Amino acid sequence: MKSRRLEQGGRIDRTKPIGFAWDGKSLNGYQGDTLASALMASGQQILGRSFKYHRPRGIMSAGVEESGALVTIGKDSGAEPNIKATTQELFEGLEGFGQNAWPSVRYDLGAFNSLFSRFFAAGFYYKTFMGPKALFGRGTGFWMFCERLIRQAAGMGKASREPDPDCYDHAHAHCDVLVVGGGPAGLSAATTAARAGLDVLLVEQDFELGGDLLNQPESANRQRKKLIADAQGQGVRVMTRTTAFGLYDHGVAGLVERVGDHLPGISQNLPRQRFWIVRSSHIILATGAIERQIAFGNNDRPGVMTASAGRSYLNRFGILPGERIVIATNNDSAYQTATELEDAGAVVSLIDARENVDSELIGLLGGSNISLRIRAAPLSVKGMRCIKALEYTTATSQGWEHGGVEDCDLLLVSGGWSPVVNLLSHLGYKPVWNREQACFVAPETDSTVFMAGSSAAIWNHEDCLISGQSVGAGVSKLLGCSVRQKKAPKAGGWVGPIKPVYEVAVKGRQLKSLVDPQHDVTTDDIRLAHREGFVSVEHLKRYTTLGMATDGGKVGNVIGLALMAEALGKDIPDVGTTTFRPPYTPVSIGALRGRNVGEHFRPLRRTPMHDWNLEHGATMTMAGLWHRPWYFAQQDEGIEQAYIREAATVRETVGLCDVTSLGKIAIQGPDATEFLNRVYTNPFAKLPIGKARYGIMLRDDGIVMDDGTTWRFSETEYFMTTTTAHAAKVMAWLEELLQTRWQDLKVHVASVSEQWAGCAVAGPKSREVLMASLDNEDVLSNENLPFMGVVETQMVGGIPCRIARISFSGELAYEVYVPSDYGVSMMGLLWGQAKIVGGCLYGLEALGALRIEKGHVTGAELDGRVTIEDAGLGKMASPNKSYIGKSLKNRPELVREDRPRLVGIKPKDRSKTFHAGAILCKQDQVSGMGEGWVTAVTHSPALGHWIGLGFIAGGHEAWKDTTAIVADPLRKEDVAVEIVSPHMFDPTGERMHV
Amino acid sequence: MLRIACPFCGLRDHSEFAYGGDATVVYPALDAGEDAWHDAVFMRENVRGVQLETWHHVNGCRMWLIVERDTLTHEIVSVRPAHPEWANAITTETSLKGDT
Amino acid sequence: MSKFSLWSVIQNGLNRQQGWQRQWRDPDPREKYDVVIVGAGLHGLATAYYLAKNHYVRNVAVLEKGWLGGGNAGRNTTIIRSNYMMPGNRQFYEHSLKLWEGLSHELNYNVMFSQRHHVTLLHSPAARDGAARRYNTMKLTDSDAEMWDLPTLRKEIPHLNYDNARFPIIGAAVQRRAGNARHDAVAWGYARGADGLGVDIIQNCEVTGVVRENGKVMGLKTTRGEIGAGKVGLAVAGNTSRLWQMAGLGNLPIETHKLQAFVSEPIKPLLDHVVVFGVGGAHFYISQSDKGGMVFGGDLDWYKSYAQRGNLPVVQDVCECATSILPCLGRVRLLRHWSGLMDMSMDGSPFICKTPVENLYLNAGWNYGGFKASPASGWYFADLIANNRAHETVGHFTLDRFRKGVIIDERGAGPDPKLHG
Repeated sequence: MKSRRLEQGGRIDRTKPIGFAWDGKSLNGYQGDTLASALMASGQQILGRSFKYHRPRGIMSAGVEESGALVTIGKDSGAEPNIKATTQELFEGLEGFGQNAWPSVRYDLGAFNSLFSRFFAAGFYYKTFMGPKALFGRGTGFWMFCERLIRQAAGMGKASREPDPDCYDHAHAHCDVLVVGGGPAGLSAATTAARAGLDVLLVEQDFELGGDLLNQPESANRQRKKLIADAQGQGVRVMTRTTAFGLYDHGVAGLVERVGDHLPGISQNLPRQRFWIVRSSHIILATGAIERQIAFGNNDRPGVMTASAGRSYLNRFGILPGERIVIATNNDSAYQTATELEDAGAVVSLIDARENVDSELIGLLGGSNISLRIRAAPLSVKGMRCIKALEYTTATSQGWEHGGVEDCDLLLVSGGWSPVVNLLSHLGYKPVWNREQACFVAPETDSTVFMAGSSAAIWNHEDCLISGQSVGAGVSKLLGCSVRQKKAPKAGGWVGPIKPVYEVAVKGRQLKSLVDPQHDVTTDDIRLAHREGFVSVEHLKRYTTLGMATDGGKVGNVIGLALMAEALGKDIPDVGTTTFRPPYTPVSIGALRGRNVGEHFRPLRRTPMHDWNLEHGATMTMAGLWHRPWYFAQQDEGIEQAYIREAATVRETVGLCDVTSLGKIAIQGPDATEFLNRVYTNPFAKLPIGKARYGIMLRDDGIVMDDGTTWRFSETEYFMTTTTAHAAKVMAWLEELLQTRWQDLKVHVASVSEQWAGCAVAGPKSREVLMASLDNEDVLSNENLPFMGVVETQMVGGIPCRIARISFSGELAYEVYVPSDYGVSMMGLLWGQAKIVGGCLYGLEALGALRIEKGHVTGAELDGRVTIEDAGLGKMASPNKSYIGKSLKNRPELVREDRPRLVGIKPKDRSKTFHAGAILCKQDQVSGMGEGWVTAVTHSPALGHWIGLGFIAGGHEAWKDTTAIVADPLRKEDVAVEIVSPHMFDPTGERMHV
Repeated sequence: MLRIACPFCGLRDHSEFAYGGDATVVYPALDAGEDAWHDAVFMRENVRGVQLETWHHVNGCRMWLIVERDTLTHEIVSVRPAHPEWANAITTETSLKGDT
Repeated sequence: MSKFSLWSVIQNGLNRQQGWQRQWRDPDPREKYDVVIVGAGLHGLATAYYLAKNHYVRNVAVLEKGWLGGGNAGRNTTIIRSNYMMPGNRQFYEHSLKLWEGLSHELNYNVMFSQRHHVTLLHSPAARDGAARRYNTMKLTDSDAEMWDLPTLRKEIPHLNYDNARFPIIGAAVQRRAGNARHDAVAWGYARGADGLGVDIIQNCEVTGVVRENGKVMGLKTTRGEIGAGKVGLAVAGNTSRLWQMAGLGNLPIETHKLQAFVSEPIKPLLDHVVVFGVGGAHFYISQSDKGGMVFGGDLDWYKSYAQRGNLPVVQDVCECATSILPCLGRVRLLRHWSGLMDMSMDGSPFICKTPVENLYLNAGWNYGGFKASPASGWYFADLIANNRAHETVGHFTLDRFRKGVIIDERGAGPDPKLHG
């Protein structure tokens, strides 16, 4: 292929040269070039290597269907593999590299593979690499050895292991009509709809509007400009460099806008790409058509490309792609290209597979030196690294026969056109075969998505314009605009019909004819699949990998299907249809995630006292989306010293703990009491005003859902707290019950989790500390606020607060809530007082230690499989009323005596420790499923040794005087333990009631 | 993306909502027997076609809605509030079209 | 059936691949079979294979409405593991893993089971404790399990996000024998194996009705005529409810949901393990196929659906997960995403059981677990059909377990099918 840049012509700007590098070599192109056109203009031929056989590959197309010029752009962390050079805009400093080759794509040792290609037929790997049974028995070792080598050989480009340095954005848009494709049909459709008064968004994947007009000679530019001006004049919103990659339900489309891929360097101010979610009411697909190849020998050699690509490089990029050009076609579309190439200075010959060529077309060639052979088709390309000559065939009644050989440096092929119906396929529509036009077309759709132009198999330029207007007007009508609608042109538009030719072969000749060049799928592979029974499209695809490459089957699917139909003696539609999955062209994972990455992957929830906690020495830990204080280390304390000290301090004096993350729900209304009584297992009907009650709620299936306290403020008003983990779930559950099941109850629920900041004040000195922090300390006396009492009052300085005397630690304790903005003030007040009496701040770890000593359950115990009885809270399941879960909690397996029950665990040797997640086993059987498990472990400052909670079959009564083993094979530590009541400290609860 | 016309908020992405389940399930009285509860909690018709289902506008007005939707095509036929008093309060027109 | 081997590959290479035969026949249905399996997915095909192989029941047909292996067999992320801890599941999935280890040789078909380690990332002490219970149980029941601390994990997989992750990684729970396989090969291998033992695999044959007499199933009405059956086994995950209702049996504890899967463009080896994480309401799993594509997935689409196409919010979510854990994936491009139909059961666990109809058997409710389960599913379902009694291991995989109160809920999510992803 002796390609060169022409002196003039094309849409490139010769006054703006652009320097770039290819495999380390400095080259030049112009503004308006793609990487492919710049490389072609520089005479570069071998740009890639194929997947399996490492065959040399050059430019095959001028668009998104490219399967030859797949390259890597950029290096190190900015390296992006598998880019189609035909779609990459050239920019100053671009660094392109060949891939899947060593040492380079020009001289690739991997090509060694092709010597053995006869053994590497489709699916060969399913038949070997298992290893001899005698040597390897049942194992997978031999395969895994082979797999390592295969994986190295497979893959295409190399992705960086460094974090992607770029950023990406998400954006949203709404419109009446989304038009996909900025060619003549799309532009005219958009203009028509906008003229009718609709809000129209038009997206085009190319960096210029115009579609096929861009590939036409200079003279077409006037019309192109007019179409664009009309669209803009009517207020069409236009996005170029934007691919509609997928259509989804209800008029939603996913777009990716390449904001920075044509700009040098990494921008600090711009995202590299933007992922748009467009919500439209109607969609017009003017997505064009893609020219097909024909399968013949070595049809993948550099120097073989589609005819339309040849035209594009000539007219758009000002390149003469070859000097001696053969154009092989089976339809009308290549004739214009032939004359234009000849005009530009090439020696051109045409071979047409058809028996007759219309006189109009022959007239087109009149006056030129173009030789035309009819009934002729390409058979085999000569030349090892690039095309040197074409051997062609002629048609006889017996089929194809050797015709002759013609020297050439470029072969342009037109095997027909495939309308781009891919996007419609995403919505579940199955394309239907149009025999006359030899292509798949869109089926009848519902009334929201329409096809226009060549994507509806309309080949004629004028008809495409009319098609666009007609569809644009049709959509406008559907949306209530009154417009005149032209009659939509029918599919077709060529003067002579296409002659379907999918493969050219001559009996007895062995050819390597590629169907899907990217994956090296050959015509023989299709026939092998047939021979082995993989005859449905789905099996064919999966067995041969046809259509699974990065072009998504745009190149090979139809030929593969046609060959299978031939092998089966069926028609193409009887074999199947092609299904395209989103995305239309591959989309960066980065664009789809936008900014939700790294520390912004999920929102971070902080309590109002977050900074205060940090200032006071907190080390934070995760609790769902929350950050909560874990422990407050003093000097050089580690976590263990810190939490033990904190827990001990709570038992001795007082501790403060930020409990803001608990869920808080306001429940109000005349039926609020009845509602709570149905939701909780324990009775709430008689909870006095000014009192709180601990409650358990079950799921419908009788398993424990959540626990918490609910405070009564008036006849009709309650304040419920939930666990941090289940706050959202409980809220949704209450709403569901009220809105869908108990519609007669007059109750409102509202989440007030964000409205209140909370602090637990626990320890023998808690009353003292809290009293000193209140305006009126009398409200806190034992008489005024007994255990489980609730009061609304004010902290010093008039801070409104609500207090309940409830205890998770087992000490005299209070939970204090103030409006969130006062959270820090509350902590300041309380801490000022607590310090005086030698109190401390404590975190989740000490909270855990205190509750484990008391046998109080949390999420570690209530894991969604535990009944209220299992948790040792059976007393709270009222026998005298009905509540959610009451019925199903009595299912036979759930009431068995030998179910695992909550127990306390103490090591026999009090100096030993053990871990949560260990399995409780019988002493003489440390294997199998075990008898139970350990849920939580702490060092107990009160007891002076390690203790744990867990579940074990039958509960602690069944294990009285029986040693169990805490088996922890993961951490290689088995410890003998005694099983005790979970209430290991102050079992009668005296300390809470002082 | 499904687009659900919330009668209170207008046409919204389904990602604002949480799918509930089969809206035709009738939950028995709280003190009904195990069989009735078993059927309500565990057994589903699993309709392939148009079904009534609940959605919770959890990142919106927090109303539970009853949506009539085709599980095969995702086409939405109607949307109404699950609570009958809310349903009555809303005109049929808004409930079907939503406010775009 | 000709044997596959290195030798046969060389021979046929020299012979222009002319010596290969159909990998399975394309028979017309006979009038009657001893056993008819509905559904030529992995489970149906494996069942037929083990019926013929283990139980010598060879007058067997497998009916398929489309093409064999065309459902979830080809719509999964190919992960194989046995890190289940609930009684029943534990033994079942462990048996399945053992069958996987010998499957290529068993079937003389390279299913490419690559035991490349299943690595569950851990982000908090609570998550570590939860995983410890699971992995300790595995270890005590003769499986392999280990915990990696952070330095070990960093050494094994250096390019995870250790720097600015929203949920910092503190270690990993690992099953070394777990990995991935080539999903289509499994369907084809079982099909070829079953066919070789005389099983008729009848494709493009949709069941349209169930013929019942005196409470017994006598056969099936199909688009290819009525086919008599001594026993009928249903293995049609995604469409179980439809067949069940066709048999007049009412409702099931199953809902059909869709799960998407994703594959990137092929790239040179980037990830040598199966990596999984679940934190902050996210759920994500990823591995690299031998061809080079990153294969990954996450949660269900959250609403019930029979449409085999996914929606954008999950695409977005899954890509967030991918780059959060592997920040280098930002520049790797998504090549395809698609979705499959899941039989989501009320507790996330499957059914291999008898039914209220005497000679009708059910294999369903595979949730996320269907691919890895397929060998054992076929093994136990064949055992059930041949012997008309359930093996102890699958003793709780029954429809009445909800009535009894048997809990096999690995996630503790409760009776809501969408939560068992």
